[in-house]
Amino acid sequence: MQKQDIKMVVIGGSAGSLPVVMSLLEALPETFSFTVVIVIHRSKNVLSEMDKLLSHIRNVPNVHEPDDKEPILAHRVYLAPQNYHLLIETNKTFSLDYSEPISFSRPSIDVTFESVAQVYAQQTVGILLSGANTDGTKGVSEVIRHGGIGIVQDPNTAEYPVMPHAALLQNQAALCLPTSHITTFLKQLNDNI
Amino acid sequence: MVVKIGMDTEYRLTEVELEEIIQLILQKYGYDFRNYARTSLTRRIARCMNIANLKTLYELKYNLINESSFFTWFLETLTVNVTEMFRDPLFYKDLREKVLPALASYPIIKIWHAGCATGEEVFSMSILLHEAGLLNRAKLYATDLNPANLERARKGIISMEQIKDYTLNYIQSGGKNDFSTYYTAHYQSAIIRKEFRSNILFAQHNLAVDQVFNEFQLICCRNVMIYFNRELQNHVFRLFYNSLSPKGYLAIGIKESLLFTDVKEQFESVSAAARIYRRKN
Ligand SMILES: C[S@@+](CC[C@H](N)C(=O)[O-])C[C@H]1O[C@@H](n2cnc3c(N)ncnc32)[C@H](O)[C@@H]1O
Repeated sequence: MQKQDIKMVVIGGSAGSLPVVMSLLEALPETFSFTVVIVIHRSKNVLSEMDKLLSHIRNVPNVHEPDDKEPILAHRVYLAPQNYHLLIETNKTFSLDYSEPISFSRPSIDVTFESVAQVYAQQTVGILLSGANTDGTKGVSEVIRHGGIGIVQDPNTAEYPVMPHAALLQNQAALCLPTSHITTFLKQLNDNI
Repeated sequence: MVVKIGMDTEYRLTEVELEEIIQLILQKYGYDFRNYARTSLTRRIARCMNIANLKTLYELKYNLINESSFFTWFLETLTVNVTEMFRDPLFYKDLREKVLPALASYPIIKIWHAGCATGEEVFSMSILLHEAGLLNRAKLYATDLNPANLERARKGIISMEQIKDYTLNYIQSGGKNDFSTYYTAHYQSAIIRKEFRSNILFAQHNLAVDQVFNEFQLICCRNVMIYFNRELQNHVFRLFYNSLSPKGYLAIGIKESLLFTDVKEQFESVSAAARIYRRKN
């Protein structure tokens, strides 16, 4: 597995992905020099405190929902806010977009992955997890097309295999890894710096 | 390998191409998109091209130059027009509890909804004012860049499909009445009752180029400035500052912030969670 100078790890998940996201965050070492952006589908009109849930993890800096125009920092974990698409500008700030849902999703994993890939190119790792729809397939191809690394949770280990399965079908270059290997991968990313 | 999945295999303009289109629109039609946030603007143009089935930049330019009816459609489709009644119910709850009681001391209450889209937000405000007993003293100005939005807003039409969500939002915002008394239902759509629209003036106003036009006690500009870059945001915040009476209120979207702007010292926070601010003097 080739190692690159990774600046951005973007994680997308839907149904069944929350426990996996938790264990990925737990695996992050105390210091890491990249940025983590998480996009998880949530139901629309339920007030969600997922940022608090995810923040309850040892070692990891608070998971934070960025405001519009907020600068992107290293060693931070960001969570896409409910009901907005999360985009990234070339000057490395977030911008939010309250436009139509895409594939019934807002935030859309595809939209954030594509936007990250355009700005961070080969410095990107895109990780797609469990889910019951096909959001993220296009996003993983965009990450790979821009020279980044695409990782898809092994559908056999996913609570809902539809999403990782769809992404693997369309992306031969994506790495298909069980959760434990994804955490090892994240740890190594950091060792390499 | 490029795979076609769903709707999203769209033409992506390069930065140079985007610049060309922005200039073309500015020169020919006078709409200024130069200071819009680039990423979303690029996506919106791609979306327009996709819907109109335009495959190349040349086709887009050809249509923009030669078909003014195409431009009308393009402009309507380019801006993000998504809106809801009582969106972010906790925002409306804070308006009820923290802002309206203060506005009650003014003989005439002037409120500006900048970027009102199809009116759902200003209709919600009108209902709040009614429930606070202030509607007969209120003048609501609702403006938008997009004429098609204003046309729909003037008719008072709201989507029947979303009535359930709106009713839920209304209740969460602290509404105690039967929400269905505020509209008359038809088959596909509902219409906000006339008495909750008669105090509203809908007009075209472009935040990027147009001036101050009145003095307000409250300005709502929610989910509009997220499409602007920081420079244009600063410009619009100054416009709002100059359009507010001393101690006037400013409400922005729940994920927007004054923190990254030039005016942050000139406002104080009224509700941090609902992003309601107040002009300092
Ligand atoms: C997402 S809608 C927001 C609607 C409503 N305020 C809400 O939060 O539900 C954004 C609106 O801003 C309008 N808009 C975009 N650029 C504008 C400008 N320069 N001046 C005025 N309105 C603008 C669009 O036409 C659109 O109706």
